[in-house]
Amino acid sequence: MIWNEKAECMSRDEMEELQLRRLQDVVKKAFNNVPYYNQKFSAMGLSPEDIQTLEDIKKLPFTTKDDLREVYPFGMFAVPRKEIIEVHTSSGTTGKPVVSGYTREDIELWSEVMARGLTMMGITEDDIIQNTHGYGLFTGGFGVHYGAQKIGATVIPISTGQTRRQIEIMKDFGTTVMIFTPSYGLYLSEVAQEEGLSSEDTDLKAIGFGAEMWTAQMRKEIEKRFGVQAFNIYGLTEIMGPGVAIECNQQSGLHICEDHFYPEIINPQTTESLGADKTGELVLTTLSRVGMPIIRFRTKDITALRYEPCDCGRNMVKMDRITGRSDDMLKVRGVAVFPSQIEKALLKIDGLQPHYQIIVTRPHLLDEIEVKVETSQELFSDEVKEMVSIKKKIESYIENEIGLRVTVTLVEPKSLPRSEGKAVRVIDQRNIH
Amino acid sequence: MKIKQISVFLENKKGRLWKALNTLAENGINIRALSIADTSEFGILRLIVPEPRQAEKILTENNFVVKIKEVVAVELADHPGGLSSILKILNDSDINLEYLYAFVHEKKDKAILLLRTDDLDLLIKVLKESKITLVPAEEVYNL
Repeated sequence: MIWNEKAECMSRDEMEELQLRRLQDVVKKAFNNVPYYNQKFSAMGLSPEDIQTLEDIKKLPFTTKDDLREVYPFGMFAVPRKEIIEVHTSSGTTGKPVVSGYTREDIELWSEVMARGLTMMGITEDDIIQNTHGYGLFTGGFGVHYGAQKIGATVIPISTGQTRRQIEIMKDFGTTVMIFTPSYGLYLSEVAQEEGLSSEDTDLKAIGFGAEMWTAQMRKEIEKRFGVQAFNIYGLTEIMGPGVAIECNQQSGLHICEDHFYPEIINPQTTESLGADKTGELVLTTLSRVGMPIIRFRTKDITALRYEPCDCGRNMVKMDRITGRSDDMLKVRGVAVFPSQIEKALLKIDGLQPHYQIIVTRPHLLDEIEVKVETSQELFSDEVKEMVSIKKKIESYIENEIGLRVTVTLVEPKSLPRSEGKAVRVIDQRNIH
Repeated sequence: MKIKQISVFLENKKGRLWKALNTLAENGINIRALSIADTSEFGILRLIVPEPRQAEKILTENNFVVKIKEVVAVELADHPGGLSSILKILNDSDINLEYLYAFVHEKKDKAILLLRTDDLDLLIKVLKESKITLVPAEEVYNL
């Protein structure tokens, strides 16, 4: 089934015509109502009339996460604050988070794209969706929730955690769809096994996952353990939340709701536009969002766009599963972590050298972070209990900054590798790329 | 009465203790006494050497983190109960030890006990009052 056949199966010509009309509209609104864009366009000598074709989007400046952070909290809103009925923020970012504001129309739009996605996964009003994404400032929980309500499915807003209860509810309520991050899904399946629940005892028919990078092997493992197909959900707070792109039953890429989010691929170093089938950084422009239009947002996610028709019957462009980042962001247990955040935490401690190394592992399904920190003369105490308390202090400073528990290991001075230019700060041993 | 002890941070990694001791050996520094406090992740090597300042300089130049700490040395009879009698004095005086280590004084057939507390002056005072023989720094360095 296709949720919105008119939009999802539109011909390329019709789509481009619609995209151009909406692009012209969004650029005009951004120029007129958002001081940030007005100044930026004016400084470049641009006016909304310069957008005559879709190609003209290349004239427009990029928007980065830093730009959004600079106008914290509400500087990107294109409507009076009272018209914003909901806000979310990006997770675990350095300093101030990015605030995303939604008008009533935006929430409706979010529900629509997520409804399309859930339908792609074969979900209907007959389904019971157990949503383990967190409900809160994080967009994951609410995005899935809105889509589920839109299609009329029964949603269990359980959020993350309470794993044994998750399994009990899955069994007792007859859950047909699980939504989780791949690593939490693997963990859940282990606990389910311990509880003696096998995939035959459940009514599951599909799994939706996102918010983390994963490999084909991980998907295969999840599908094997739960005995159903697992589909990829892509989204980002700055643009909307989950539902920007979702995988159909072909499982060969994610359909971008391109009538609402215009995708481009650029070379992350030169910012030069790359065509179809070329791998580079995904750039997104919101075409219909009212509360907070975003022009050419650099997602830092690495992917490629595929325009060939899909066997599922939809014509919306497909993007590959995200295979990397063009910056040094890490996703650990679904939370975005930048090495700079860890550095910031370390710099708050007197006597600490900002020489560190982050080692991410997945020893037993869940991600672990170890931070190696060089000791210094000032930090060193000849008492074990003092050293242990210093280690704990560093751990708590980092946890405050990134929102995740880490293990700190104190190492000898000058023992961490130094390299010319960019130091090797991160060692990711999870093999997820 | 206070003896300068060198404390060195060691990662709990193969070869680190050797590296520290070898650095001293290559520079002709003899070790009089040694103790290691270890945890699962790191260790603290504590050394008594004849020239603590020089040893500190050499280790620091070789990228070790070093601190000089003062300890007190006492002499005790090398027979059962020698150590516990000292500890009883500290206990009765409510002195909390941070750490201690002992070794045998070959020339005198006596044991030497090295003690570290927060308040070394108090420790010295209590020991003296209890007629315990304190070993002067020079003697410890040149054992």
